[in-house]
Amino acid sequence: MNALLKWLAVIWAVLLWSAAPLPAVAGPEKWTPLEKDGLHDPQGPAIHELQQPGEALSQMPPDSVGNQVRWVEALRKGVINPRTNILPETKIQVLDQDLIYGNTGDNWFVLFPHKAHTEWLDCANCHEGVFKSKFGATGFKMMDILAGKACGQCHGAVSFPLTECRRCHSIDPGTFKGKLGPQQAAGGKP
Amino acid sequence: MGKSHIHKPKRNFILWLMALLILASGVEIVPQARAEYGDVVINNQSDKAGMRPPIFPHWFHRIRFRCKVCHADLGFKFQAGGNQINMLKIIDGEFCGACHNGEIAWSVENCDVCHSGKPGTPTQVHGSTVQKLIGKPAPAAGQK
Ligand code: HEC
Ligand code: HEC
Ligand code: HEC
Ligand code: HEC
Ligand code: HEC
Ligand code: HEC
Repeated sequence: MNALLKWLAVIWAVLLWSAAPLPAVAGPEKWTPLEKDGLHDPQGPAIHELQQPGEALSQMPPDSVGNQVRWVEALRKGVINPRTNILPETKIQVLDQDLIYGNTGDNWFVLFPHKAHTEWLDCANCHEGVFKSKFGATGFKMMDILAGKACGQCHGAVSFPLTECRRCHSIDPGTFKGKLGPQQAAGGKP
Repeated sequence: MGKSHIHKPKRNFILWLMALLILASGVEIVPQARAEYGDVVINNQSDKAGMRPPIFPHWFHRIRFRCKVCHADLGFKFQAGGNQINMLKIIDGEFCGACHNGEIAWSVENCDVCHSGKPGTPTQVHGSTVQKLIGKPAPAAGQK
C-alpha cells in the first residue's frame, strides 16, 4: 500500500513537472534571488556579500532541473575547472567503465557511467560503503533510490534529481544488442 | 512551479491527487520558496547558541572544488547535519576551516557570511520535488 502511494507520488511529481512550462528566458531571472529563497534571512547583515546563483549559473550549459546547469558538460567543456585536491598527496583516478542494469520492468535499461562520476568523485565515496565493487552485488531497487539510498544519496540532493528518469534509464531495450553488466569498451554515453 | 500556466481541469486533478496523497500518506508539504538545489542548512546548535544557522551552498563550491575534495579528503559525510561541526573544529582547521582560514578562502571572522539562514530553519538539504513528497527532512546529527 505504502509502495503504491509512493509510486503515485512519483507519477504526480512527473506530471506536475511536465505540466510546468520550460522557462522562456535563460537569464538570471530563472534563479530565485537569495533574499526571497525562504532559507536566507533577508535581514542578515552579510546577505549582499553573497553571490546570487543566477549570476554564476546563467553562464553555464543550461538545464531545466536541479541547479539548471548541465554539470557534466560544464566540466568537460572547461566552462568550470574545479580543483581536484587541496592535499598534495591525493590520488586522482578516473575510471572509464559503463555498467548497464536490466531489472527495470517495462522501463528502459539504466546506464551507469563510471567516467562522469569519477571526474567528480573519489572511488571511496561509493566503494565499499554505498556500492560493492561487483556488478549486481549491492542489490538495490528504484524504491531504495527514491528513499535516498544507492544512487539516491546524491541524485535528489545535489546531483540531477530523480524526476529525470531518462537520464538514468537511457538504454532502449528494443535496440540494445550487447550484454548487461560491465561494458567492454567504455564511454558508451557522452 | 508555474502559477497559472496549467489548465484548470488539469490543475484541479493535480490538486486533488496532491490532497489525496497528503491525507493518505501523512506527508506534509511545507510551502517553501525555491531555494537553490543542494543548499544545506546546518542547525544542530546555532539556534540554541543564538546565531543564524549557516547555509552551505553546493552550487557555489562545486564550481571551485570537485566533490571528492570535501567528501573524501576532508572527510565530510554525505549527511546534512551529520558531521558534528562546531566553531572550535573550524578554527582548528577542520571541516569548513580547512579552507576558510584566510588562505584558500576568507577566514572565520566573517561570521554572517556563513551564518546567513533564517533563525529557526531546521537542518536540511534543499532537494527535489520527489524527495519533498516522499522523503523526510534530513535528520539532525545522531538521529539516524
Ligand atoms: C574545499 C574548500 C572549502 C570548504 C571545505 C568550505 N568552503 Fe566555503 N568557500 C570556499 C571558497 C574558495 C570560497 C570563495 C572564497 C572567495 O570568493 O574568496 C567559499 C565561499 C563560501 C561562502 C560564500 C559564498 C558566496 O556567495 O560568496 C559561504 C557562505 C561558504 N563558503 C560557506 C561554507 C561553509 C558553511 C562551509 C563548511 C560547512 C564551507 N564553506 C566549506 C572554499 C571552501
Ligand atoms: C539516478 C538514476 C535513476 C533515475 C533518475 C531513475 N532511475 Fe529507475 N532505476 C535506476 C536503477 C539503478 C534501477 C535498478 C535496475 C536494476 O537493478 O537492474 C532502477 C529501476 C527502476 C525500475 C524497476 C523496478 C524497481 O523497483 O527497481 C523502475 C520501474 C524504475 N526504475 C522507474 C523509474 C522512474 C519512473 C523514474 C523517474 C521518476 C526513474 N526510475 C528514475 C536508476 C534510476
Ligand atoms: C558514484 C559512485 C561510484 C564511484 C565514485 C565509483 N564507482 Fe565503481 N561502481 C559503482 C557501482 C554502482 C557499481 C556496481 C555495483 C553493483 O551493481 O552492485 C560499481 C562497480 C565497480 C566495479 C566492479 C565492476 C564489475 O566488473 O563488476 C569496479 C572494479 C569498480 N566499481 C571500480 C571503481 C573504481 C576504481 C573507482 C574510482 C576510480 C570507482 N569504482 C568509483 C559506483 C561507483
Ligand atoms: C556519490 C554521489 C553519486 C552517486 C551515489 C551516484 N551519482 Fe550519478 N552523478 C553524480 C554526480 C556528481 C554527477 C554529475 C552531474 C550532476 O551532478 O548532476 C552524476 C551524473 C550522473 C549521470 C549523468 C552523466 C552524464 O553524462 O550526464 C548519470 C546517468 C548518473 N549519474 C547515474 C547514476 C546512477 C545510475 C547511479 C546509481 C547506480 C548514480 N548515478 C549514483 C553523483 C552520484
Ligand atoms: C565558514 C563558515 C563559518 C563561519 C565563517 C563561522 N561559522 Fe559559526 N558555525 C559554522 C557551522 C557549519 C556551524 C555548525 C552549525 C550547527 O550545527 O548549528 C557553526 C556553529 C556556530 C555556533 C554554535 C556551535 C559552537 O561551536 O558554539 C556558534 C555560536 C557560531 N558558529 C558562531 C560563530 C561566530 C561568532 C563566527 C564569527 C567569528 C562564526 N561562527 C563564523 C560555520 C561558520
Ligand atoms: C566545499 C565542500 C563540498 C563540496 C565540494 C561538495 N560538498 Fe557535498 N556536502 C558538503 C557539506 C558541508 C555538506 C553538509 C554536511 C553537514 O551538514 O554536516 C554536504 C552534504 C552532501 C550530501 C548529503 C545531503 C543529504 O542528503 O543529507 C550529499 C549527497 C553531497 N554533499 C553530495 C555532494 C556531491 C555529489 C558533490 C559534488 C558535485 C559535493 N557534495 C561537493 C560539502 C561539500
